[in-house]
Amino acid sequence: MKRFLPEYAAAAYLFLYSPLVVLGIFSFNSSKVAIWRGFTWDWYIRVFQNSALLDATLNSLIIACAATLVSTIIGTLAGYALWKKRSPILTNSLYLSLMTPEIVAGVSLLAFFEWLFRFLHVQLGMHTVILAHVSFCLVYVVIVILARLRTFDSSFEEAALDLGATEWQVFRYVTVPMLLPGIIAAALLCFTVSFDDYVITSLVAGVNSETLPMVIYAMARKGVSPEVNALSVMITVGLGVLILLAGRLEQRSGGKARRP
Amino acid sequence: MSRLRIAFLTPTAAVMGLLFFAPLLIVFAYSFLTRGAYGGVMRPWTLEAYDRVFDPLYGHILWRSLWIAAVSTFLCLALGLPLALYIARSASYKTLLLNLVMLPFWTSFLIRTYAWMFLLRDTGLINTALESLHLIRAPFPLLFNSGAVILGLVYGYLPFMVLPLYATLEKLDPSLLDAAADLGASPGISLWRVIIPLSKSGMIAGCLLVFIPCLGAFLTPDLMGGGKTVMIGNLVQNQFTTARDWPFGAAISLWLMVLVLFVTAFLGRKGEELI
Repeated sequence: MKRFLPEYAAAAYLFLYSPLVVLGIFSFNSSKVAIWRGFTWDWYIRVFQNSALLDATLNSLIIACAATLVSTIIGTLAGYALWKKRSPILTNSLYLSLMTPEIVAGVSLLAFFEWLFRFLHVQLGMHTVILAHVSFCLVYVVIVILARLRTFDSSFEEAALDLGATEWQVFRYVTVPMLLPGIIAAALLCFTVSFDDYVITSLVAGVNSETLPMVIYAMARKGVSPEVNALSVMITVGLGVLILLAGRLEQRSGGKARRP
Repeated sequence: MSRLRIAFLTPTAAVMGLLFFAPLLIVFAYSFLTRGAYGGVMRPWTLEAYDRVFDPLYGHILWRSLWIAAVSTFLCLALGLPLALYIARSASYKTLLLNLVMLPFWTSFLIRTYAWMFLLRDTGLINTALESLHLIRAPFPLLFNSGAVILGLVYGYLPFMVLPLYATLEKLDPSLLDAAADLGASPGISLWRVIIPLSKSGMIAGCLLVFIPCLGAFLTPDLMGGGKTVMIGNLVQNQFTTARDWPFGAAISLWLMVLVLFVTAFLGRKGEELI
């Protein structure tokens, strides 16, 4: 069995990557049908001329940035506090939110917002999408921060405390700077999770808050369009770069914390 | 520390309370109400929604979801175990190989689903290629069936299986396999009697991590299953959008949540180390 493992692994990686590679290749196809007719940049140019796509991209960027900013700040604070002293109730709640099916989280947020709006005169829109995104991005930040803190050398904090720093000063001037690569990694992860979400977003989005995944979903249902292929390539490459960057930073913050 | 601790934990606790538990509570309350004429809910309080969950009409959707999730989980295990074994056994590039498994997972789920639709559609690459080679006359129905949904789920959640499996296999002492071989065990026997028993915790964690999202899947059955392969997730979405029967949708959501709670409690601390 051991002999076949390398061949098997190669096949598994092929399975994981070939659909994306094929999708990428056909984004340069000059024909609309799935037969290769020659190379073209047309579909990429069309993506940039499609105003609905550009509006949706802008919405997605605004939502992802806002949700990332909020989740990263409060998630880092919570991760730090949980590292100092456990809180099983909060930790388990966070893991439960991670295990909750997206569709359940989505409909419950929809029901909640609709109920709330009976008392407040507001509508579904960007703000509800951002709130929903914070609720599911938060757990990713806490997980990354906790993982980073696990290899964190607390002797620097102790030294600062001995020298008379308050606990807030220790956190602000010792922990945060040392943890910064980890915090940025958490933010990048958060951004990709938020940017990609369709299920929850589509349920709590209002009329003027259509996001990029919602447009892609609509296009995917309609049929094959090389424009979607081109768009997919750009998103996949963009998110891929962010993830690789996050991985780099995560590793570096681990190393730095051990041997600054 | 205590005042700073409270200040640090309050925002996260507030978000969890207001945007996770409160909405679930609303859904819980709604599941006992009567459907409103244009969506939403109204009184009187009733158990009618729960009666309908066990209606045979919806029973087969539940069954379909369970078996599709079970088959997908089993396939993930069968595909993931050798892959995790290979990564754990490889001398160098361990991190790279593992990251290569995780990378597609972090990029867009929607786009990965679309990539398969591009291959499997009637006018997709596979059918077009087979037709132009004159191997088939009419397009072969590859998309919009249970098989396509299972393929999409396995493709989507394979990393969830590989990660915990790798974590346990990496700790497995290779000399145990040498010992088994020296004592005359064939590779198949040592897989069955040494590797599998010793990686049990990883296998359980992986199976749960795959089974739960598969059971509550929405996007994959929606895009790759067509109208025929409805799963629980699609039923819930449909009740809250097109069908406008919020109490019934709420009741199904709660059943799904009970299942998730049960599994999460079972995973408990083990999940904390593995995720």
